[in-house]
Amino acid sequence: MTKINAAGKTRRQIYEDRLRRRSMLVAGGSTLVVFLAVVILVPMAPGWDRVKASFFNWEVFAKTFPKLLEAFKLDVAIFLWSAPAIVLLGLLVALARDTRNPALFPLRILGAAYTDIFRGVPVVLTVYLIGFGVPGLGLPRPWNSPYIWGSLALILTYSAYVAEIFRSGIESVHKSQRAAAASLGLSDTDSMRFVILPQAIRRVVPAQMNMFIALQKDVALLSFIGPVEIFRQAGVYKSLLANFTPYVGAAVIFLAVTIPATRYADYLIARQNRERS
Amino acid sequence: MAKITLKAVEKRFGDNTVCDGINLEVEEGQMVCLIGASGAGKSTLLRCVNLLEAIEDGEILLDGEDISLPGLDPQPVRRRIGMVFQSYNLFPHMTAAENVMLAPRRVYKKSRAALRPEITELFTRFGLADRMNHYPDQLSGGQQQRVAIVRALAMKPEVMLFDEITSALDPQLVGEVLDVLCLLKDSGMTMVLATHEMGFAREAADKVCFLKDGKVVEEGAPSALFDAPHHPDTQAFLARALK
Ligand SMILES: Nc1ncnc2c1ncn2[C@@H]1O[C@H](COP(=O)(O)OP(=O)(O)OP(=O)(O)O)[C@@H](O)[C@H]1O
Ligand SMILES: [Mg+2]
Repeated sequence: MTKINAAGKTRRQIYEDRLRRRSMLVAGGSTLVVFLAVVILVPMAPGWDRVKASFFNWEVFAKTFPKLLEAFKLDVAIFLWSAPAIVLLGLLVALARDTRNPALFPLRILGAAYTDIFRGVPVVLTVYLIGFGVPGLGLPRPWNSPYIWGSLALILTYSAYVAEIFRSGIESVHKSQRAAAASLGLSDTDSMRFVILPQAIRRVVPAQMNMFIALQKDVALLSFIGPVEIFRQAGVYKSLLANFTPYVGAAVIFLAVTIPATRYADYLIARQNRERS
Repeated sequence: MAKITLKAVEKRFGDNTVCDGINLEVEEGQMVCLIGASGAGKSTLLRCVNLLEAIEDGEILLDGEDISLPGLDPQPVRRRIGMVFQSYNLFPHMTAAENVMLAPRRVYKKSRAALRPEITELFTRFGLADRMNHYPDQLSGGQQQRVAIVRALAMKPEVMLFDEITSALDPQLVGEVLDVLCLLKDSGMTMVLATHEMGFAREAADKVCFLKDGKVVEEGAPSALFDAPHHPDTQAFLARALK
């Protein structure tokens, strides 16, 4: 029996309330100290005025921000047409690497080589090689477009990572599930399609979300091969206005998208961990 | 002719011989119980019969037909032999009804609508009528295990294999699952059980086999085996198990 006091709280609740109040006080206090230190100390640095003028110029920010936002639409568009292709290719590669049919052995090797190569090369290199290399073949319009080949570079790179995540998901489904499916007379294909994959995909959703957040950021790499997306647009303004503030504006726009997405992915992961424990 | 015949079945995992020349006959409509200490090879034997494990040597006959031939397509055989596992192994992302309908839909190409009446009848018979649209994690262990039995039965198997299907259950839920087995026996199903439920084996089995180190040490009618075991190993095991 717990004794209930006048406030309708048990002794344990009162104790925990007190602990919570104290830790909040400590956390608030230390945050304030750090914040004050930054606000007071950073402006004391010798180059602060110059940095402030060239990175945090409010006028430049207000002037360039709408156009940056406009340019960001291209980033989103590239993301939107690349993402489904990545999911599809990633899934196919994961399945190819999992196949046990000897006739498909070449596919397995190919899948392994593919993931090794594209995970081993820096994304920016792949973007350069494919984005400059393929149009260099002298293809007719529209096949010389950097949009196509730049997107392809992202698709190939990210599919390699996404495939590995799918594969880890497939392996995480307990083998007793396969045994149960087999014992019912289901074919290997049906067992994969109806029993294993649905469970595997569900488990890796948070991990895949993190991949796609990274993809949204890496779309900016296409600026090196032509498309005037946000990073390139910011560069144009930087040259025009001799001021770095547009880059800060671009960063703000990226953060506005990636922070909520990252938080959501973290929430999903936390929820899954809770469900499994 | 026996429904299932095992002739000198041998199964090894590396150097570990788990089934060491097992001979066994199961007649049509019989309930045979496999008993023995942990690690004796009961589960492995059942998995071999269902072709989930390939045997090294010997023969497994179903209606006199060798199903253990290397290279034989296992799927048609597995449809004729249902299996229920200790850990239920329901598909967690599907409702009970979807669990049950998946294999008939894919293998026998029946539609959900066509399956609905017979599935409902099965659920009702096993006291699960109001649980059809629940997910496995919304069911008690006993209910999950009964759904697993229904799922195997929906393929209309000729033989059912049960691997310690009550071991993971709370004691008060064991009864409802054992009742289901009795119901099945009355309907004439041929069944092989690996079990630690000695009381049930004695009451319901037609034949009991005691396994030790991958060998059938002794077999016989339950009354003979439980009340007057011949082999010292059987005596020792029963002395411990029935304590
Ligand atoms: N997949 C496997 N790989 C290697 N060894 C295995 C495998 N499955 C079973 N074994 C071994 O086979 C032996 C028999 O195991 P089995 O599960 O058949 O025993 P059991 O009689 O069912 O025991 P229990 O009553 O504990 O279920 C054990 O020594 C076990 O370690
Ligand atoms: Mg076992």
